[in-house]
Amino acid sequence: MTKTITLAHGNGGEENNELITKIFYKHFKNDILEKSEDSALIEDEKLVMSTDSFTVSPLFFNGGDIGKLAVCGTCNDLAMMGAKPKYLTCSVIIEEGFSTRELEKIVRSMKQELEINGAVVVSGDTKVVPKGAVDKLFINTTGIGEVKQSGISASALKEGMSILVSRDIGSHGATIFSAREGIELESNLETDCASLYPQIQALIDAKIDIVALRDATRGGVSAVLNEWAKASNLCVEVEEEAIPVQEEVRGICEMLGFEAVDLANEGTYLLAVAKEDEARALEVLQRTHKSSAVIATVSKEYEGRVILKSSWGTKRFLDLPTGELLPRIC
Amino acid sequence: MAELELKNLYDDFRDGETIKAYAKIIATDAKKLEKSINIMEVCGGHTHTIMKFGLPQLLPDNINFIHGPGCPVCIMPKERIDHAYVLAMQEDVILVTLGDMIKVPGSNGSLQDARAKGADVRFVYSPMECLKIASENPTKKVVFFAIGFETTTPMTAVLVDQVIKQKVPNILFHINHVTVPEVMVELIDSRDEHVDAYNNRIDAFLGPSHVSVIAGSKIYEKFPKEYGRPVVVTGFEPVDMMQGISMIVKQFVEERTELEIQYKRVVNYEGNLTAQALIEKYFEKISLFRWRGLGNVPDSGLKLRDEFAEYNAEIVYKDILPIAEIEDHKLCICGDILRGMAKPKECTIFGTACKPTSPIGSCMVSSEGACSAYYKYGNLI
Repeated sequence: MTKTITLAHGNGGEENNELITKIFYKHFKNDILEKSEDSALIEDEKLVMSTDSFTVSPLFFNGGDIGKLAVCGTCNDLAMMGAKPKYLTCSVIIEEGFSTRELEKIVRSMKQELEINGAVVVSGDTKVVPKGAVDKLFINTTGIGEVKQSGISASALKEGMSILVSRDIGSHGATIFSAREGIELESNLETDCASLYPQIQALIDAKIDIVALRDATRGGVSAVLNEWAKASNLCVEVEEEAIPVQEEVRGICEMLGFEAVDLANEGTYLLAVAKEDEARALEVLQRTHKSSAVIATVSKEYEGRVILKSSWGTKRFLDLPTGELLPRIC
Repeated sequence: MAELELKNLYDDFRDGETIKAYAKIIATDAKKLEKSINIMEVCGGHTHTIMKFGLPQLLPDNINFIHGPGCPVCIMPKERIDHAYVLAMQEDVILVTLGDMIKVPGSNGSLQDARAKGADVRFVYSPMECLKIASENPTKKVVFFAIGFETTTPMTAVLVDQVIKQKVPNILFHINHVTVPEVMVELIDSRDEHVDAYNNRIDAFLGPSHVSVIAGSKIYEKFPKEYGRPVVVTGFEPVDMMQGISMIVKQFVEERTELEIQYKRVVNYEGNLTAQALIEKYFEKISLFRWRGLGNVPDSGLKLRDEFAEYNAEIVYKDILPIAEIEDHKLCICGDILRGMAKPKECTIFGTACKPTSPIGSCMVSSEGACSAYYKYGNLI
C-alpha cells in the first residue's frame, strides 16, 4: 500500500481493491462482508442491505443528476441481488453557500427515482460544512431490499454459460468525462443512469434462471467480467465485436484513448444464464433496450482470466482497469 | 458534401477481412525471406495497436517486433519528474501537464502523490487550457510541464506564442520536448562509448506518422540512405499497420532499402511548414537530452530560445530544482530492450519488483511501454 491515498484508490479497479482488502476488510472482517457482493445478504438471506456515497462533478449532467444517481446506485445494488428495493436512508453533506433551489431539484429527482423502485426513504441526516470542506454536495444512501430470487452469485458460473449485457456500454463515463473542466467536448450523449429493478422483475417474471447479475459501475464491464472470472475460476471469452457501444461513446474513447469496457455505467448490467436460457433472456432485455446483446461465453481456456477475441482471429487479455482514467497525450 | 463522422476515421481501418488479407500477403512474402527480420515500431502508439489488436498472432515466426522508445512519459528521466514534483509543491504554482504524465513516479513520488498532498496539479487535453487556468488564478503561477515528440511540440509553441502576444503574466514553461530521428540514430549508431549500438538487432523501422504530420517524412530519409534501414511511415489502425509491415517485408524480398509512406492520407514529404516555423521561432536544440533507459542522446531535446528565458521555468526556478541525474535500478535492462537485444521476460525484476503499479524502469511506466504490455498481455503475445 502507498503511504497516502491517491485518486487511483477510488477507481473501482486494482488499487481500489487493495485499499478495501488491506484496510477495511482487515479490521471489519466477518463472514457476510467477506462475500464481497454488491449488497449483503442478511436475516437468513431474506433481506439484502447496501450503502453507497455519491460525489460527482458536475452535479447536473445530461440525463441525470447526483440525486438520481444516489437512489439508482443503492437500489441497483439491491436489485443485483435479485431483491426489490424497499427502505432507504439518505444522508447529505452540504457545503456552506449551496443553492437551496438546486438542493430541492436534486431531492425531487431522488423522489422520482424512489417511485420507480417502489421504495421509500425512512431515515435521514443533514450536515452543513464550511466552504471548501466538501465539493458542493455529497450524498450517502443505504438501502434494504427483499430477496425475490435467491442464489444469484458469480461463483455459480459454469462452463458453457452465456453472458449478456443489458444495453450499450460506457455512456455514463463518457458523459461525465466530456462534461469535465479541461476537456472541451460538446456532445449529445446522455448518461445511462436508471433504476434497474423493473428490468430484473421482468426477468424473474419470465422465469429466467438468473445465475449471476452485476451492474457495471466504476471499473465498467471489464471490472465485472474480471470479478466473475476470478470468483468462478473460469475463463470469460468475450467477442469484442458483439459488445454494443454507441458511436459517440466510441468516438470519445478513440479521441481520448479510453476503452468503452473500462468506462463507468450507472444503469447497465451484466447477466449470466445457462445457454438454453440465452434467447429468452435476450428477448426480455431487448424489451427495454434494443441494444442489449450476448457478449461472452464461459469456458476453461484461461482460468480466472477474461479474454477479448477479435473478428480477425486474435485474442488478448482484458484486465481490470488500473489507475485514474487519463486522456492520452497524442 | 456529406458530413464526415468520427467513425469514418477508423471503421474501415479495423475491418477483419482486410486485416486477414494482409496477414496472408505477409505470410506468403515472408516465406521468401532468407533470415528473420526485426522491425522496430518506434512509436508507443504503434506498440499499443500491436498489443491491443494482437497483431503478432497474425504474423509468421520470422517477423519480430522490437518496441521502440517513442513514449514521451516513459523516456522522461526521474530528475525531470522531480522537477515537476518540486514545482507542483510550490504554494503559488499550478502545475499543468498532459494525461499519463501525472502517474509516473519520480524519486519523491508522482504528480498524483503531490496532488494527494495538496499540490494543485491539473491535466489538460489541450495546452491552450492554460490560458483559462491562468486568467482564473491571477495570483498563481501556471507552469506548463510540456512533454512529447514532434507531434505535441506545436501545441506548446502556439501556447508560447499566445502567452507572449497576449502578455499573460503568469504562465511559465518547463520544456521536455524531444525529437524522434535523433534517438533512432542513437539506437543503431550510438557514439557513446558505453553503448554497444552495433549489437542492435533493428533491421527496419515503422516510422512514427503523427510525428511526420508535423515534421514530414523527410526526417527519416537518412535511415535507408546512410544506415541501410528501410522506413515505412505508418498509421495507427490495425489495417494501416498490417499494410506498413507488408511494405517492409516487400522491400526485403525485392532487396530495396527505401523510405515509403503508408499513411498517405495525412503524411507528406514536407510536413506542416507553419508548425515547423512556429517551433523554430520559439525553440532550439539542446546538445544533450538524457533519455530514461538510453542515457544522453545528442541533439534530441528542445528548449525555449534564450530570448524567451523569462518564460522558462527551469531558469526562473533554478534555485529550487534538483540537478543530480538519477539512474534507474542497476538490474533494469530497459536500454537493451529498446535496442532489441533483450525481451522483457529476460529481466530479473520484470513482474516481481517492477510492475505497472510500481514501475522501476522506463518500459513499465506507461501502457505504451514494452514491459507494461508484456506484463498485461503475458502469454497471449
